[in-house]
Amino acid sequence: MNETSAVEARGLRKSYGSRAAKVRALDGLSFSVAAGSVFALLGPNGAGKTTTVRILTTLSRPDGGTASVAGIDVLRRPGRVRSAIGTVSQHSGSVSLLTGYENLVLQGRIYGMPRRELRQRVTELLGQFGLAEAAGRPARTYSGGMRRRLDVATALVHRPAVLFLDEPTTGLDPEGRAGLWAVLTGLAARAGTTILVTTHYLDEADKFAAKIAIVDRGRIVAEGTSDQLKARLQGDSVLIELGDAGQAERAGKALAQVPQVRQTTAEGGVVRARVTEGPRALPAVLAELEAAGVPVLSVTVARPSLDDVYLHYAGRSFGQAEGSAVA
Amino acid sequence: MTSIRQSWSLLTGRYLRQLYRQPAVIGITLTQPVIWLLLFGALFKKVAEIPGFGAGNYVSYLTPGVVIMTALFSSSWSGMSYIEDMDTGVMDRFLTAPVRRSALITASLAYQAVTTVVQSAVIIAIGWGIGAAFPGGAGGIAALIVISVLIALAMAGLSNGLALLARQRETLIAASTTLVLPLTFLSGAFLSLQVVPGWIAGIARFNPVNWAASAGRIALGGHPPWGTVASYAGFLLVALVVTAALSTRAFRAYQG
Repeated sequence: MNETSAVEARGLRKSYGSRAAKVRALDGLSFSVAAGSVFALLGPNGAGKTTTVRILTTLSRPDGGTASVAGIDVLRRPGRVRSAIGTVSQHSGSVSLLTGYENLVLQGRIYGMPRRELRQRVTELLGQFGLAEAAGRPARTYSGGMRRRLDVATALVHRPAVLFLDEPTTGLDPEGRAGLWAVLTGLAARAGTTILVTTHYLDEADKFAAKIAIVDRGRIVAEGTSDQLKARLQGDSVLIELGDAGQAERAGKALAQVPQVRQTTAEGGVVRARVTEGPRALPAVLAELEAAGVPVLSVTVARPSLDDVYLHYAGRSFGQAEGSAVA
Repeated sequence: MTSIRQSWSLLTGRYLRQLYRQPAVIGITLTQPVIWLLLFGALFKKVAEIPGFGAGNYVSYLTPGVVIMTALFSSSWSGMSYIEDMDTGVMDRFLTAPVRRSALITASLAYQAVTTVVQSAVIIAIGWGIGAAFPGGAGGIAALIVISVLIALAMAGLSNGLALLARQRETLIAASTTLVLPLTFLSGAFLSLQVVPGWIAGIARFNPVNWAASAGRIALGGHPPWGTVASYAGFLLVALVVTAALSTRAFRAYQG
């Protein structure tokens, strides 16, 4: 196993449900995370992100495959893995009726930290997470952002080598999201903590994660830095806003006539086309649309976004995938 | 590792701290048995006069029954804390920390034991205040409290196991109420088995609540046959081991 990788997942498989109605949550999922980096598992709801985190944090066992965290085999030595990790689940994880201070102390004592060291650590964390003033209040009186910061602080009391966060920014306002990300990127940079985050926010993964793995239907469909993923697409994204949402199919057929157009998808009244040499193909795109009699409100050429990356590898747009998971 | 051995006591401390933060809960838990004592005391006052009932003063008969019933009722909600912890992510945080599953179970049972001791003592004091007589003295009272803890822990183990399997408040509430009321009324908690229909007396012989109520009542009486009390306590201990094993297994299912 690679010494510098803090998390390794190899061929993870997991199914839920009865034999008759089996749901395949993970279908041979593999990835690795470099030590001291921020790694994002990006995917729509239901892609298998939470299942992956549950397996890596010893909460669930896979049907097949292997995994290691901080160089420890997750399946053979779950007890030792638990000593090396911190976890922040989708739900809070803090005890509502205990104060912020008590939550942190309880966590440290569970990990057997000596009292004096623990007191210092708790004071340090309360300051670092802007919770010093609220430390004596029960966690249930905290705002959403404060509560999340307490959750993360709690997961860090024992100085874990690897921190797992499952959808940590869900339900936070933009300010809270930005604040939490600042903490996480700072942790990786200063303390050398390896951080694995799951998210279904494309923009967050794009901006903050050193490396991204795109998860779709229980598999990793692409892995790399945000720039690498976008560069691999070779081309631009052309967004066409239609005057009539009902014309999307017709617009798609018209675009297929343009040789530079590789892939199109429609969502509402917006058609998105991946085009080699976007600016040069634009006249042909417009000509075909006009010939087909499709009314166009606006056309934008952009560098590929993670949306385009997802579309390319998963074969459907991120919004569609989210919709199908919810439905 | 010492940290692992101590973790159950840390978690018990956490439950007690939570209780301390909810004075309303403490108030309700202590008021409820008073209502039972006064209500049943008045309702069934005349039954002690039925020939063959075997006790002169109904409050003396009722007090150990209410102690056992209260222990049973309170502990049947034990699993609610597990469900609360599952819903808030606290359970997962403990399970990803070096905390043994047995420590999570022990913590819950230790907390239940502490609250049951206090509750039982308060009920016994109130019973004495409204005229119950305890010829068995301090030893009898201590034995009743131990018995009430045993039945509480057996029920708490069952409640915790159900909570881990069902993971839903509604299911646990339905299961608890369906179980607890028949268990109580198919026992000698309120009426001597001498005066109830034969089939109820027959079922009661296999009912742990009846073992507890009988053992407690015998212990409070004059010159208690301690051997009988001990054998009832032994049966209750077996019930406790069975339900604790059930909740341990339920943990494994929860982590599937």
